[in-house]
Amino acid sequence: MVKTKRRHKNSFQGSKIDPRRFSRSQIKFYIILIPLAIFMILPVIMIISRAFMPLGELYAFPPHILAHNPTMTNFKNLFKLSSSTGVPMLRYLLNSVIVTVFTVLLNLIITILGAYTFAKKSFKGKAALFEINQLALMFVPTSVAIARYLVITKLNLTDTWLVHILPLAAMPVGLFLVKQFTDQIPNALIEAAVVDGARETLIIRKIIVPLIRPALATSVVLTFQQVWMATEASNNYTSTDTMRTLAYYLGSLSTNNAIAAAGITAAASVIMFIPNLIIFICMQSQVMNTMSHSGIK
Amino acid sequence: MKKDKGFTSKDLKAYAYLSPYIILFTTFILVPVAIAIALSFSYFDVINRPSFTGLLNYVTLFTQDKIFLKYVLPNTFLYALIVGPGGYVLAFLIAWMLSQIQAIPRTVLSLCIYTPSMAGQVFIGVIWKTIFSGDQSGWVNSILMKMDIIDQPIQFLLTKDYFMLIMIIVSLWSAMGIGFLAMISGILNVDKELYEAAYVDGIKTRFQEIIYITVPSMKPQMLFGAVMAIVNAFNMGWIGVTLSGANPTPEYSGQLITNHIEDYGFIRYEMGYAAAISVMLLAIVYLFNLVAHRLFGEKED
Repeated sequence: MVKTKRRHKNSFQGSKIDPRRFSRSQIKFYIILIPLAIFMILPVIMIISRAFMPLGELYAFPPHILAHNPTMTNFKNLFKLSSSTGVPMLRYLLNSVIVTVFTVLLNLIITILGAYTFAKKSFKGKAALFEINQLALMFVPTSVAIARYLVITKLNLTDTWLVHILPLAAMPVGLFLVKQFTDQIPNALIEAAVVDGARETLIIRKIIVPLIRPALATSVVLTFQQVWMATEASNNYTSTDTMRTLAYYLGSLSTNNAIAAAGITAAASVIMFIPNLIIFICMQSQVMNTMSHSGIK
Repeated sequence: MKKDKGFTSKDLKAYAYLSPYIILFTTFILVPVAIAIALSFSYFDVINRPSFTGLLNYVTLFTQDKIFLKYVLPNTFLYALIVGPGGYVLAFLIAWMLSQIQAIPRTVLSLCIYTPSMAGQVFIGVIWKTIFSGDQSGWVNSILMKMDIIDQPIQFLLTKDYFMLIMIIVSLWSAMGIGFLAMISGILNVDKELYEAAYVDGIKTRFQEIIYITVPSMKPQMLFGAVMAIVNAFNMGWIGVTLSGANPTPEYSGQLITNHIEDYGFIRYEMGYAAAISVMLLAIVYLFNLVAHRLFGEKED
């Protein structure tokens, strides 16, 4: 009896989720995970180092992984090139920054209001509306690019900043994640505030927002990734270069794959990618916290 | 439960809070879907008013459109099955392995594995065009030539032979996505006592652990991950055109349904026909999701 019990205990020791200590049984996972992680990250590292390579090194055979003589020439060339084509790169950058900031802010406000309402209020049609939003998680925007184009021309939004901002400001995934997170805030907290005479806007600002910060951070990360990289509006809903974004411009550079352009494109893609990476790393623990509430029931 | 017809002031207030979301959602998601469905029954060239043609577009799509039937449809299913469900299983297995190691190395390795998912269209294009470039400076060509496997560089991105394979590799590389993150935290949050109980009940291997404990206790995250994986697979439709730099892709070898829509919509301006293809795409995505909900959905009643 005692013996069997011990055996069960021993077999349980063999398998542990989230272990505190290193044990030999973990080695096999490292053997798979480390090469995999290298395969995933290596292309990213190589492109980043290409951005700092002088022309001669870019076409070295065999190719170098890290730059032997790092230089900023590619970045300088990128700025020179764009100012010679009429629309300076700073204009694209300005468009991108404006569009990104406003989309993220607008999305944040809309998401807070929506998530609070769905999580903490009861009203007619709630279940149906949330069901529609859940259905929209599987929405594939490119499938209706044409119909969107028709709506946008009807609303006279072509060639404005709004055309970049509005389509991305309502994001079903963001609302869904924040709502799931808001669900776990105890209703008693809100009721107590109501008894104390707090207005609803105050409750949202002082109670809800501070408590759902991790979910909001996640929503910001996701919105940022979408809008910063977005080319749909620049490609389809604008006709003048002055209203297009950096992602579009840098993307159009990489399609004309001329020889000298290799370093410039690498530099351009680094400019696109680094903000994304930094924001994610900063918010990483909040994102993971949110994800534990992400389930669809 | 009261069953009165009218809206109370409480309902109105709730809708006031929701109104910005509802307005934008309707304008940019619901209405476009409705327009796409309506246009799919018409002939529309952008200049003249749409004329009603009934089911003609769908009939043409399934009987006349050789490119759709011969390339686009099989390509889309092959690609979506491997990148969607395939990528999903891969993401789960990786997430599970990550959960078996300590927290700090786990964070570092997860970050490396998730990084490509943040790369975005422009960056992905630049990276993989450099790797599969058709001259000897392309990294794959350079390695193969150095190892004397080939003596002429292969035009990876301009010929049909390897094109689909490359598309799938690139997509899987960048397909971990937020579903992957959701699954990591799902696995980490499974109640540890469940495992203990299961071992007392006679479970012996890690594999049994996954099948009987891990997956059933994180079904909601599994479903979220599945939906994200499917959507991602279809949202990556631009990959072939980005890699080859042209629509259509080399001999239609990587032509996906999204590219077919763009081809008819934005290149040939046959909007009605393009709309019919869009509706087919939405239907296919819905079909995939239905399967996911069957597998992981929790029945309410």
